[in-house]
Amino acid sequence: MMQMARGAIHIKGFVFKGLTIAATAVIVAMLVLVVGNIVLNGHQQLSWGFFVKAPEMGMTAGGIFPAIFGTVALVLLMTIAVVPLGVLTAVYLHEYAKPDSRVARLIRVAVGNLAGVPSIVFGLFGLGFFIHFIGGGIDKFLLGGEVAWGQPAIIWASLTLAVLTLPVVIVSTEEALRAVPDDYREASLALGGTKWQTIRKIVLPHSVPGILTGSILAVSRGAGEVAPIMFTGAAYFLPYLPTKLNDQFMELGYHIFVMSTQSPDIEGTKPILYGTVLVLLILTFVLNLLAILIRSRIRMAQRRAR
Amino acid sequence: METETVATEEEKRIPADLGRRRSERIKEWLVEKFILLNAMVAIGAIVLIFVFVGKEALPVFTSPEVKEEASLSEFFLPQKYSPEKSPDFIWQPVSERPKYSIIPLIVGTLKATLVAMLFAAPLGVAAAIYTSEFAPGWVKETIKPIIELLAGIPSVVLGFFALIVLASMIQSIFDFTFRLNAVNAGIALGLAVIPIIYTVSEDALNAVPRQYREASLALGATRWQTAWTVALPAALPGVFAGMVLGFGRAVGETMIVLMASGNAAIISWNLGESIRALSASIAAELGEVVFGSAHYHALFFLGALLFMVTFIINLSGAAYVERLRLKLTGGKG
Amino acid sequence: MKPAKDKVMSTAEDEKESTDMLEEQRSSGEKTGMPPTAEKNRGSDRTKMSVEHLNFYYGETLALKDVNLSIRENHITGLIGPSGCGKSTFLRTLNRMNDIIPRTRLEGRVLLDGTDIYQQNIDLSVLRRRVGMVFQKSNPFPKSIFENVAYGLKVGGLRDRTALEEKVEKALKDAALWDEVRDKLHTSALQLSGGQQQRVCIARALAIQPEVILMDEPASALDPISTAKIEELIQDLKKDYTIVIVTHNMQQAARASDYTAFFLLGEVVEFDETSNIFTNPKDKRTEDYVTGRFG
Repeated sequence: MMQMARGAIHIKGFVFKGLTIAATAVIVAMLVLVVGNIVLNGHQQLSWGFFVKAPEMGMTAGGIFPAIFGTVALVLLMTIAVVPLGVLTAVYLHEYAKPDSRVARLIRVAVGNLAGVPSIVFGLFGLGFFIHFIGGGIDKFLLGGEVAWGQPAIIWASLTLAVLTLPVVIVSTEEALRAVPDDYREASLALGGTKWQTIRKIVLPHSVPGILTGSILAVSRGAGEVAPIMFTGAAYFLPYLPTKLNDQFMELGYHIFVMSTQSPDIEGTKPILYGTVLVLLILTFVLNLLAILIRSRIRMAQRRAR
Repeated sequence: METETVATEEEKRIPADLGRRRSERIKEWLVEKFILLNAMVAIGAIVLIFVFVGKEALPVFTSPEVKEEASLSEFFLPQKYSPEKSPDFIWQPVSERPKYSIIPLIVGTLKATLVAMLFAAPLGVAAAIYTSEFAPGWVKETIKPIIELLAGIPSVVLGFFALIVLASMIQSIFDFTFRLNAVNAGIALGLAVIPIIYTVSEDALNAVPRQYREASLALGATRWQTAWTVALPAALPGVFAGMVLGFGRAVGETMIVLMASGNAAIISWNLGESIRALSASIAAELGEVVFGSAHYHALFFLGALLFMVTFIINLSGAAYVERLRLKLTGGKG
Repeated sequence: MKPAKDKVMSTAEDEKESTDMLEEQRSSGEKTGMPPTAEKNRGSDRTKMSVEHLNFYYGETLALKDVNLSIRENHITGLIGPSGCGKSTFLRTLNRMNDIIPRTRLEGRVLLDGTDIYQQNIDLSVLRRRVGMVFQKSNPFPKSIFENVAYGLKVGGLRDRTALEEKVEKALKDAALWDEVRDKLHTSALQLSGGQQQRVCIARALAIQPEVILMDEPASALDPISTAKIEELIQDLKKDYTIVIVTHNMQQAARASDYTAFFLLGEVVEFDETSNIFTNPKDKRTEDYVTGRFG
């Protein structure tokens, strides 16, 4: 009878394990399906012209250069804002704050919540705070009522994205700071270094790979988000490239959205649409892979040092 | 022989007395305060979001002109929109008689979220069980980056895929009348939520102490029995937290629902019908509203509502995940 | 428990005399092979640092109890005792490295050249440049050998490249490492052997020319040959520096130090010239420890 019970157990086990493998396979298959479909339908578009030309003939021909340019400019501004802010916040939390500090706990709660705010709420925030309050304020008090900053602009969109990606940079930087051995800090202090000298000369240089990972992940996130920029500066067709901080801009994700949902000739724009999606996908994939690679190299180096 | 000591002393430029030099002391203090100021920006950001979204939502409670069109009772209670018809819940802000019931929007959000969770939770948890309990090393090392790549797909791309490809697939399988419906949006949402559920569940399973598993195996249980009767129950609180976080993400997600759900404010239990979600409504209508109108404030009210709901969901979920992380890193976190 | 009474010079003693004394010692230069007792009459008689009624608390726990010691200039003071009895903690009070541990408290006084280093407004950076430290586990920075040794000078404000190079060379020579690394100064310090890494850390501490060097079991993680080299080094350093060394190895303490303090459970049981501690201890507990009956 033990034999039969044993057999039943093995069948159950087979089914159980099989289900978990199947689930994993389904997930991988879906990823392959999505990526494969986009690659298959979009790769023909990837010519040199696609990258450097502007859209033509009602988005049914030409290229997407302005959208690429706009995305790069947007993300660059965002990075300039978010990386120093995020790194310094992590430095404060890990190097300065006392273990039971109330301020530190408050900051961590705020960061955790920031990470969970829906992206459209960031859009509302960008509209209400950056455009109307700050921008409108600049217009009213510094420019005497001229409407220059109280309207959608690349600076407001990038600042909105900076707030959205702040948690990513903070978490990655803190992880990197944690990995710096306390021995180094002690040695620096024992040689007469001040706290800030220790951070600047020993701790931060050692954390650069981790900070880099966080920045790359932030960039990837920022390049993909559409809801926060829909009302803070992104536009569908502009005859110019953004050259001033209060210009509007074209952007890959927003372009995809409008083209998919509001194009008068959906079949005609499908090729361009697929090509644009492929470009965005490649961009985010490359960035994510880069971050994963750097992170695994950090882990290997840490294992070797032990 | 050499008067080395004296010459070096001068060269040194390090003072011999022990007193703290004021310039150094001030500099260190300034640096610390500056860094603290930067760190407070995170707190400032959350507070500002709260204030500025709330500020524009407030007229729904305070301004009589706005309340005429869009008030709390308009939002939640059944309204008699015309004398012939019975009281109903309709969201139709742009019409002769503006209708602001948010019940259809809430129903829509819940429908899509339900589909997403039904799709994502079993898959995510099962995959997490596979990688933490059964999978050989090399498989584990490949699956995790794959899930990370899935997490990195922008939601607009998932929305695009659902709109163009998935909708047709689902329509042929289920024979729905409408291409864009709750199932379409729900499955695409599920794809976005799977990485969250997977990652948190996997962490929870990894946090189960080895001794539990070893004790079970030593008593003759197989690996799958150990996984099912020892590891999973021990990890259940963490798995649950992962689902809470996934739920929060699904409720707040905008682009996928905006592109894949049909955006029709219909109340029905039929999952094959189009829906209109809270988040998508804001995105769809904010571009057309007149600044300061009742519609404008109503949309900000929707945003504030979303913010509050996800705030509460994430607070509880994240608190638990943090406790889990501390356990995993041996309390040094 | 009575510390050996030094012939402390009058407080009117000005620095020039001790500087001249330092120079005399350096120019007469030969290493003495004579046993510690004979050392008493060479070099300075000044008390460089003294500790008065020191109590040290980790939170609520009293880790050091009523410690009174004098550290004599240009001599080696060894701290021995079973592990966990406060030797390292005591060492770290001398350069205020315990300050970075939360919830610690200190009562009593620690004097450097007559100044209490625990009073307000003491610049910790300056203190630690005058009282340097070499750690038990060598911890060179992940930088080049040159950058490691120059670190203390740079944070101290020295920028001139030539001066830095000179001081780095001198420090590496004093640490008996120069010949081995002169051709690879700009390679990573982490590629050196354990013994060499420890000597880099010693050179690093020497470069800023402290007056006192604190060493926490500097050779405990090293092989016998490296250990011997480091012991030789410490004897050489005595001429120019005041050294306080914590050691587990009693033979090392007997060989190397001029004065020895025996710590037990946070108290100094006995403090005397090393020869007395080892051949003629006054306290039975000391006798038990040095004869190996416990610890």
